[in-house]
Amino acid sequence: MSDILLRIENLRISFGKDDRRVAAVNGVSLEVGSGEVVGLVGESGSGKSLTCRSVIRLLPPGGEMTANRVLFEGVDVQSLDRDALRAHRAHNVGMIFQDPFSCLDPTKRIGEQIAETLRVNVGLDREAAKVQALSLLEDVGISSPERRYLAYPHELSGGMRQRVMIAIAVATKPKLLIADEATTALDVTTQAQILDLIVRLRREIGMSVLLVSHDFGVIAQVCDRVAVMYGGYVVEFGPVADICNRPQHPYTRALLDSIPTIESAGQRIRRDGIPGQPPSLGEIEQGCPFVNRCSYASDACRTLELSMREVGPGHTSACPVTIGSGS
Amino acid sequence: MNASPDTLPLLRVTQAVKQFVLRRTLGDRVARRPGVLHTAVDHVSFELGSGEVLGLAGGSGSGKTTLARMLIRLVEPDDGQIMFGDSDVRAASGHALREIRRQMQMVFQDPYSSLNPRMRIGAAIFEAGKVHHQPGVDDEAAFVARVLDLVRLPASAARRFPQELSGGQRQRVAIARALAVGPKVLIADEAVSALDVSIQTQLLNLFLDLRDELGLSIIFVAHQLSVIAEVADRVAIMHEGKIVEIGPTAEVFHRPQHDYTRSLLAAHPSHTAPTPRGGSV
Ligand SMILES: Nc1ncnc2c1ncn2[C@@H]1O[C@H](COP(=O)(O)OP(=O)(O)O)[C@@H](O)[C@H]1O
Ligand SMILES: Nc1ncnc2c1ncn2[C@@H]1O[C@H](COP(=O)(O)OP(=O)(O)O)[C@@H](O)[C@H]1O
Ligand SMILES: [Mg+2]
Ligand SMILES: [Mg+2]
Repeated sequence: MSDILLRIENLRISFGKDDRRVAAVNGVSLEVGSGEVVGLVGESGSGKSLTCRSVIRLLPPGGEMTANRVLFEGVDVQSLDRDALRAHRAHNVGMIFQDPFSCLDPTKRIGEQIAETLRVNVGLDREAAKVQALSLLEDVGISSPERRYLAYPHELSGGMRQRVMIAIAVATKPKLLIADEATTALDVTTQAQILDLIVRLRREIGMSVLLVSHDFGVIAQVCDRVAVMYGGYVVEFGPVADICNRPQHPYTRALLDSIPTIESAGQRIRRDGIPGQPPSLGEIEQGCPFVNRCSYASDACRTLELSMREVGPGHTSACPVTIGSGS
Repeated sequence: MNASPDTLPLLRVTQAVKQFVLRRTLGDRVARRPGVLHTAVDHVSFELGSGEVLGLAGGSGSGKTTLARMLIRLVEPDDGQIMFGDSDVRAASGHALREIRRQMQMVFQDPYSSLNPRMRIGAAIFEAGKVHHQPGVDDEAAFVARVLDLVRLPASAARRFPQELSGGQRQRVAIARALAVGPKVLIADEAVSALDVSIQTQLLNLFLDLRDELGLSIIFVAHQLSVIAEVADRVAIMHEGKIVEIGPTAEVFHRPQHDYTRSLLAAHPSHTAPTPRGGSV
């Protein structure tokens, strides 16, 4: 792999009053190579969205972040002043979310919304912005762009709206596209089209992608590397095929074992699942966050200092236990 | 499991149709165009056997929810026949319709829509059982504890309010309330779709346990094919209001006959064959 675009080291995001702050993201480290697609997978509440937001320092109210470094092209985003941060958000990073409605203005035609991004963030004039917006609509696979240019968000299907969001997100040719559950609300067929689109744009624009999903299937289809999150921690990180085929962390393994597959149709298998439920915020103060649901856990797990250990080439796990070769 | 000739299927739907008049746009009204008729369920037929799990899959807008709701007339069918045992669902009214609805209970994706936030869980379960004079309701605590036990919740859950529970527990409560009235059929409309995988698995196992223990039939509506693959005996694939393919789950998923089924299966993301679409640069 070539150079590193984004490197997050020891990220912590916490909420609450001074003396009673609890960490929602706890010592996360992560890197995204240039042109690479990295996945963040984990169940809801595991800290995926917050981790993404740290990249543009856009946290929900009350959230406070610290990190050794959040390097974007070698510059620590923590050190950016207001203007530099605005430029970073406008030019370096494009974001798309599960619900395009939250980002699209319901009162404006979608073409004008794309053109506006181009005028404000790229500095194109009115005419050039319109031409470019039309070509972006075409790029993201919207047929008859001239007609759709005039449509309002509610006149489009969910898949179309997500395409428009992508057009806006990539309008400035960002170096990093963050897609946070961007296909979760879509049909499988539309989802497959949107994932293909993201991968194609990544190749054409040469951008990197941080792809967040709770769906391991989606991650496996598109990502080069994946970070598995649980309870605010990254518990395993590595090449996607290694993680899917030879998971080393007990959580990753249990999660993969829980996922139903089409291949097992008609076999009447009953999966064990994972007993209990994920820890709530502040429930885990030390030790491994998975300890209460883990079949490999021992007392030592309640107090251990979590650290990533190399378990294969470019493959790290936060669990000291070796659980043997994968399924 | 198809109903053999000598045993009547529990539920038989024949050529069911539902049309909606689409809201007219401003342009339509200006041009005085009439509303367009949209056929959400288009001449659908199927049977459900006793103790059978029938999966209903298809893209969004394919008509799954409309069909599911028609079975108990939460949506009025426009045409066709729906027979529950020997009762004609479309002709039923008053007590007969209430009895049909008691025996076919729905569980929705969002338990909030069916659980009263101001009612303790125990009270909600007890009320449901009492209205339908279920056996054992004379001892409220014992009745509630027994129903909660069916969904593997402790008796102490009775004192809680819905919002105090996690999503998975809330869905168990929604199922418990449905079970409190002694149904023969559960109609689960995307009941596990919003849950995380590890919780989803627990719920799928619960549905299968209920089928085994109580002999329930289940119509399991889900857009996730892999979930249907592991829970359903038979599956019906819906597309644009029609059932384009129906058969034993293994048969339909391993040897799909209809193009639409094939395209759905092809688009389904799988973690068992990680194949990065782009490859590393
Ligand atoms: N605005 C907030 N206030 C308090 N806690 C929050 C807030 N946003 C997120 N959290 C906490 O952080 C955890 C992780 O959130 P998030 O990153 O959104 O998870 P994910 O995207 O993996 O579902 C949540 O479970 C929640 O406890
Ligand atoms: N009350 C309604 N009025 C008008 N159209 C409706 C109504 N309910 C559903 N539809 C339409 O019927 C079709 C089928 O919807 P639905 O049964 O909800 O599909 P699914 O559950 O498969 O996603 C959709 O095109 C939907 O827009
Ligand atoms: Mg999130
Ligand atoms: Mg539906």
